[in-house]
Amino acid sequence: MLSTSLVIGVAFTYLLILFAIAYSADRAALKGRSWINNPWVYALSMAVYCTAWTYFGSVGRAANSGVWFLPIYLGPTLAMILGWLVIRKMIRIAKTYRITSIADFIASRYGKSQRLASLVTLITLVGIIPYLALQLKAIASGYQMLTTPLNSTVLYPSHWWQDSTFYIALLLVGFTIMFGARHLDSHERHEGMVAAIAFESVIKLIGFIAVGVFVTYYLFNGMSDIFRQAQAIGHLNALFSFNTPANPLAHIQWFSLLLLSLLSMLLLPRQFQVMVVEAVDEKHLKRAVWMFPLYLVLINIFVLPIALAGLITFGVGQGNADLFVLSLPLHSGYEWLALLAFIGGVSAATGMVIVEATAVATMLCNDLIMPWLLKRNGFGLLQCSDLTQIILWIRRGAILILLLLGYVYFKVAGDAYALVSIGLISFAAVAQFAPSFFGGMYWKGGTEKGAWGGLLLGFVMWGYTLMLPSIAKSGWMDTSFINEGPFGIALLKPEQFLGLTGLDNLTHALFWSLWLNIVAYVGMSLWKQPSARETSQALLFVDVFKRKTHSAPVFWQGQAQVQDLMQLMMRFLGQDRSTLLFKQYAQYQGLTLEQLQPNAQLVHFVETQLSGAIGSASARTMVESVVDEEPLELEDVMHILEEASQLRAYSKALEEKSLSLEQATAELRAANEQLKSLDHLKDDFMSSVTHELRTPLTSIRALTELMLDDPDMEWEQREQFMGIILAEAERLGRLVNQVLDMAKIEGGHAEWHTTDVDMKAIIHQAATSMSASYLEKGVSLQLKTPETVAVLRADADRLLQVVLNLLSNALKFVPSQTGQVTVALKDAPEGITIEVLDNGIGIAPEQQALVFEKFRQADNGVQQGTGLGLPISRQIVEHFGGHMWLHSELGQGACFGFFLPRLAHE
Amino acid sequence: MITKPLNQRLIGWFLLAVSLLNFPLLLLWSHSVTWGGIPLFPLGLFIVWVVLVVGLAWIIERTPDED
Repeated sequence: MLSTSLVIGVAFTYLLILFAIAYSADRAALKGRSWINNPWVYALSMAVYCTAWTYFGSVGRAANSGVWFLPIYLGPTLAMILGWLVIRKMIRIAKTYRITSIADFIASRYGKSQRLASLVTLITLVGIIPYLALQLKAIASGYQMLTTPLNSTVLYPSHWWQDSTFYIALLLVGFTIMFGARHLDSHERHEGMVAAIAFESVIKLIGFIAVGVFVTYYLFNGMSDIFRQAQAIGHLNALFSFNTPANPLAHIQWFSLLLLSLLSMLLLPRQFQVMVVEAVDEKHLKRAVWMFPLYLVLINIFVLPIALAGLITFGVGQGNADLFVLSLPLHSGYEWLALLAFIGGVSAATGMVIVEATAVATMLCNDLIMPWLLKRNGFGLLQCSDLTQIILWIRRGAILILLLLGYVYFKVAGDAYALVSIGLISFAAVAQFAPSFFGGMYWKGGTEKGAWGGLLLGFVMWGYTLMLPSIAKSGWMDTSFINEGPFGIALLKPEQFLGLTGLDNLTHALFWSLWLNIVAYVGMSLWKQPSARETSQALLFVDVFKRKTHSAPVFWQGQAQVQDLMQLMMRFLGQDRSTLLFKQYAQYQGLTLEQLQPNAQLVHFVETQLSGAIGSASARTMVESVVDEEPLELEDVMHILEEASQLRAYSKALEEKSLSLEQATAELRAANEQLKSLDHLKDDFMSSVTHELRTPLTSIRALTELMLDDPDMEWEQREQFMGIILAEAERLGRLVNQVLDMAKIEGGHAEWHTTDVDMKAIIHQAATSMSASYLEKGVSLQLKTPETVAVLRADADRLLQVVLNLLSNALKFVPSQTGQVTVALKDAPEGITIEVLDNGIGIAPEQQALVFEKFRQADNGVQQGTGLGLPISRQIVEHFGGHMWLHSELGQGACFGFFLPRLAHE
Repeated sequence: MITKPLNQRLIGWFLLAVSLLNFPLLLLWSHSVTWGGIPLFPLGLFIVWVVLVVGLAWIIERTPDED
């Protein structure tokens, strides 16, 4: 056993660490560095689902019924598979309309109905307070277990002021008030609280896995050892199978547990708070939807091993299975591990209490107390011009009352049946929200009357078939009405309603309550036409993804004064905040504060902001009190909707138009760029041409001058000069011809004489005309052509020009005497490939791309030619739909080739 | 109404998950056999569970969603 001061000291230190984390996170958020703005923290905060009921209770459940603890976690996994669709829609709706609680969500959907908000809050309150008590009980019994000597009976303190649980509850009140109700914010977001909850989720996972690993691998030799020993104890075998003789309808119970936990995952107030209200960015959901189930898998791996180990160690039916997590380490003398496990349990319990209390206090304040005060004019309280402090104190009071109620329930119920089974009973209570909640999100036809009827009937049925029997079984009521029916009417037996037998109590209650709930909801919704306000809210909720905020229709008509609206907002949100919000709104509209028009948009804006602070139904009432409204008819709603959709169509058309304008501008800009570059190219071309012309002209002129100046020049000398002049003149002529040729081809003025061309003949013709030059240099020319080559539609003269160009190029770059040039022709059905291979000096890789550009000759020391041959050849080949290439390595020779398709264009 | 591939895949995966975790497919694991020393029923459930989570992660991380 551990000393009481040590356990209390550690527990309080742990809570102080929580304070520190929450405080730092709040500070960081003020400085604009959010700690919780990432999917990891978001997923961890969702793990507030795992309460002390999970932490301790799963093991107890597993010890009693084997794998039956699992559906409670498989259900949320199923919920998360659809999370990206469903939770994202919940977030979008809540963020768009400033909804801060599940009661507000349902009330807002059905025309901002006050009575719905109150009913949902009431159901939550009844369902949740025992659940809060359960968390306190977990801490209390854990504490007793740690501080009581083994094998002696646990003694609970006789007076509440001696009870450490009471002080822990008070500390939790302090924490929740500090981080859950510090200031009034129309978004209801609490950075510090979420950071602390994420931290708690890490701690409880570590605590539980530490015990699991210790038990499985230290006390036993791994999982298989535990299971082997468990199977040796005969009747534990039943824990590993599904259908047992005792429970032939197990699959129905299994299904109802899955359904129940799936719904609770989405509808429990604390889940709604962390998943929807505290969501920073809906994109985080994408990662969180699989990380959260992964967390559930991890925290459940060791549940069954710990349960079995406890049963083996202490004997079946001995010891409290709910506390095996603590008693196993204690029993084997590892007290520090038990302490760690206890802290894990404390984190599970406190996390739940903090978030649940924050969420339910918001509901209590906004949906029960505020409307009640507003209706009675607040006994003068609400006359003052700034109500923010009053609202905050109501919330703080609500938190205190909630936790005290939880504590009282815990003290009164103690070990009663009502507390042990409360987890699932609570789940069944919030499951009643499902029809009107999801019906409201996806079905426009659901009405306020339907939701009211469904919720009320479901709640009554839940109370009668599940809550009441559980209270009776705790010994606080005569149980005869369970066994014989009220007033002896057997048909009304709460656990066999109308004689329905064979189902377990939970499934029975869930079936009746949900069935009646759905029947009433759908039936009454279809019975009467919805009002205009219900219709308009239905449209806003169901189609939330179809509209962007700026084109959303505003269902309001009437007269208002900017001043009245502003004053109203100041009363509930404070002067500074309201002025800031109004300024931001005006800026968004492109106006100054003075230019603001009291139109429907402004009224809607004020109402939305107020909703965040006091709930949508109260906000509605308050706005109604300062403006002069004209009641909306169904036709008005349709009219406004039509206008909005027209507006949307206009804005869409405008968007499209501006998009096409942008596109046209981009095209024009590109064309302009191209023109500029073409102009630049032309200049380049001109300067290149003149440069090329000047070189031979200069030498002609120089040599001619020399000859003129020196009449006594030797004849041989003169002959040599005249030879050069002639060669240069020929080069000039060639150049001019090629420039003209190039210009013609590029300008599209070239004449093409397309005939049937025999490429083999052309190659032979080219080889013949070049043979003299090749002989002269001592270069061998080899032709590799097939026997027959099918004809091609092209211009024979032009192709001859190409081959000649390639042959003369090759000749220039091969060494004399040892030079070898090979022309290879390959005929294929799709076209003809011709390659001219030489063993010359080759072309460096960086030069290869340049050789096809005008006046760019490979920089290889051999400066000959005009620099237009290859560009012209390429133009010709491309004219006939082919392409030209070069493969070469420096020193390895070069291979120029081209391909001409047979289906060349005309 | 649901046209985006991601939404369709998620709904498909959900339906598969519901069927895998319910009667009668659940009975496939309900035999008194052990696998590596661990009874088939809890082991099978955990395997299905892990597969469902990994599959969900794979679907949602790999499918582009334009919204």
